[in-house]
Amino acid sequence: MTQLNSDKQAECVQTSNSELPKTLPVTPSAIPTRRRPSREPRHAMANQPAEERISNFQEVALGYTLEQARAEAERCLQCKNAPCEAGCPVEVRIHDFISAIIDNDLPEAVAILKERNALPAVCGRVCPQESQCEATCVLARRGEPVAIGRLERFLADWDRQRPEEERNKTRLAPCKHKRIAVIGSGPAGLAAAGELSLRGYYVEVFEALHSPGGVLAYGIPEFRLPNYILEDEVEALRQARVTFHMNAPIGTVASCEELLDEGFNAVFIGVGAGLPKFMDIPGENLNGVYSANEFLTRVNLMHAYEFPRWDTPVQRGRQVVVIGGGNVAMDAARTALRLGAEEVTLAYRRTQAEMPARIEEVEHAIEEGVKLVELASPLEVVGQDGWVTGLRLQKMELGRADASGRRRPIPVEGEEYVHPADTVVSAIGTLANPHLREVADVDINQWGYLSVGEDGQTSNPRIFAGGDIVTGSATVIEAMGAGKSAAIAIDELLSAPDVQTQRRMT
Amino acid sequence: MNEIIEKRMLSEGVIQLTVYEPRIAAKCQAGQFFMLRVTDRGERVPFTFSDWSREEGWIRFIFMVVGKTTSLLSELAAGDYIKDLAGPLGRPSLRSHDTRRPSWGNDFEGLQQGGSVVVVGGGVGTAVAFPVARALCEEGYQVHVITGARTAELLILEEELRALPLASLSIMTDDGSAGSKGLVTAPLKELCSSRSVSHAIIVGPAIMMKFAAGTALDAGVPATVSLNPLMIDGTGMCGACRVSIDGATKFACVDGPDFSAASVDWAELMSRQRSYIDDERESHAAHQRHVQEREHENCDCFDESSLWARGFKKGGWAT
Repeated sequence: MTQLNSDKQAECVQTSNSELPKTLPVTPSAIPTRRRPSREPRHAMANQPAEERISNFQEVALGYTLEQARAEAERCLQCKNAPCEAGCPVEVRIHDFISAIIDNDLPEAVAILKERNALPAVCGRVCPQESQCEATCVLARRGEPVAIGRLERFLADWDRQRPEEERNKTRLAPCKHKRIAVIGSGPAGLAAAGELSLRGYYVEVFEALHSPGGVLAYGIPEFRLPNYILEDEVEALRQARVTFHMNAPIGTVASCEELLDEGFNAVFIGVGAGLPKFMDIPGENLNGVYSANEFLTRVNLMHAYEFPRWDTPVQRGRQVVVIGGGNVAMDAARTALRLGAEEVTLAYRRTQAEMPARIEEVEHAIEEGVKLVELASPLEVVGQDGWVTGLRLQKMELGRADASGRRRPIPVEGEEYVHPADTVVSAIGTLANPHLREVADVDINQWGYLSVGEDGQTSNPRIFAGGDIVTGSATVIEAMGAGKSAAIAIDELLSAPDVQTQRRMT
Repeated sequence: MNEIIEKRMLSEGVIQLTVYEPRIAAKCQAGQFFMLRVTDRGERVPFTFSDWSREEGWIRFIFMVVGKTTSLLSELAAGDYIKDLAGPLGRPSLRSHDTRRPSWGNDFEGLQQGGSVVVVGGGVGTAVAFPVARALCEEGYQVHVITGARTAELLILEEELRALPLASLSIMTDDGSAGSKGLVTAPLKELCSSRSVSHAIIVGPAIMMKFAAGTALDAGVPATVSLNPLMIDGTGMCGACRVSIDGATKFACVDGPDFSAASVDWAELMSRQRSYIDDERESHAAHQRHVQEREHENCDCFDESSLWARGFKKGGWAT
């Protein structure tokens, strides 16, 4: 455990001791820090009331005020070894930025945060902190961890509202006169682009759709990640000499090898796992059955909730069933509510405890009136005249733990029933796009994803990859972590003396 | 990029646009398509290439004005820009068109190199059939073409087709105002039953493809069709374009758009094509009102928020 010996920590004790409540419990000797472990709960973040928010697409969580943020930062023990940082895929210096908040030096806190994280306003909103930085927080052992995600969001939002001239500009390394192509503008691509431009490369991002952001634009709804946040983050990258090419489907319009021939020194592939999985059950192609990708794309990217002001329609179901238990399922269910559904049901084959979604999203969904049907697996979409009328569900029970550590659901013989529905949204994951083979001529693994080394290098030494196209469906921050580490590896490759590079290239 | 360099009215409501887009023109192949968006709030809609010039850097497509997006497109003139244009997408019709990936493109079942094939284009589908027929000619196949339309005015690309070294060209109109009177299935049946072709490639509206493919298959000739379901992104991401092929779910955008006709679930395709018909009509009608109201621009009587307000009331979800 940590020792209380650094100057910085000693200094902090003095500044903040007076603010500690007088009636704290005795410090357990296991946590010898300057701060007493706080059993006071974390500070709640204000939300838009559930009954209000289900009829609009505005952001649900409203963020901390300065006072709340400072009070929450005060809960931090400032552990010397900062176990929280080990839980962060991009290794944000959490200890130091919280310390800066305690010192009331917000510009410094923002600078520390942005040094490691290219998209803090996004991560503060969509990261599953409870299974990452907050999971390894010392306070989590005895009570509630420091709300690191909310503090991150607070800082990013505080920075956004500062006048342009005060916002600290990213300090770019001198231009290295080398060009890198980044394929895909989702979290992996944006993180790689940010890191490479910091390191002095000229980066061009290629995006197949008409607007940047990948899943951040088409997948995550407005009420969880407002579009202006994403636009700001993209704009910051543009100012850091990153060029964005929209409507550029790499694979058919040019392959990665052609980009290398055209003069790019390296390519990073972050195209995501862009092919929705379907249930492979009868009736899944009836009208009214959507993949979560289609449902969310219509609403988020194409603004179907503003039809006919925007041109793309979406079916506004009255009884909606969403299949799945992840974040995407929560997003789809909550979107359906906001489109005016009378009843939205989540059917999940395990129980709430095993749901992979962020806890906050599940809580928000339930608050808003989404009904959970646990231990239910879809058997058949039933319909009439080409349209969905219901979903036949198989009752499940939990058996032994499987390879993922979660208890495997097994069917209960003979227990089936039809749940009425006019809209069914399947949110059961994604697969690699078959177009991947045209993107680059590199090795693909047995699941159809790109096969890469530890640093993201593919079988072509100048082509790197990261994010869902390597790992299969995962989180935004994991993709960002992969984009970032690949960017570092690209920098190493291109900075290496020739002999070494050549050895590595062969 | 995306500049319209030529606009031609081929007939009432049928328009051909030529767009300067050298990156796409350098790569597109017969049977592939692209996605476009006309305005900031516009839908993404797929169109198939009807022609292109790699040297001059343009692509060309033909469409019939049926809804809001095609109305907006028809209002553009040479010199205007199309907001967004992404492609080429989908697999080329001919496997030989891709040297990079041997798995990409189709084998035409039963068709030997240099063999005899019939290409059938119905209505605006002829715009898609033309580059396929031209590519097959270039590859040394004996190509028969059948093109059909409701009336003589709606026949397209007749000159271009006549310029190809075709084995035969049959022109059919429903009313007999050009070529022979009748449906494309009549000459198709003749060609197929006389065993003068070993494969049929059919492009047009779903109902026409269904019946034409049925004619070929009944005569024992395998057929390929180019499916046209609704699409949103066109890159495989959303699955709106899924079709049942031999009972398995496939995506027309990345697995197609060409499929073996015998495997297609036509009823499902046509049902899915119609799934937004009411919304499409509403959107088109609102646009037409908008156009009428825009004519009153100078009298200041048009308020854009009126459409917005109507949308709100219909959905009933917002205050």
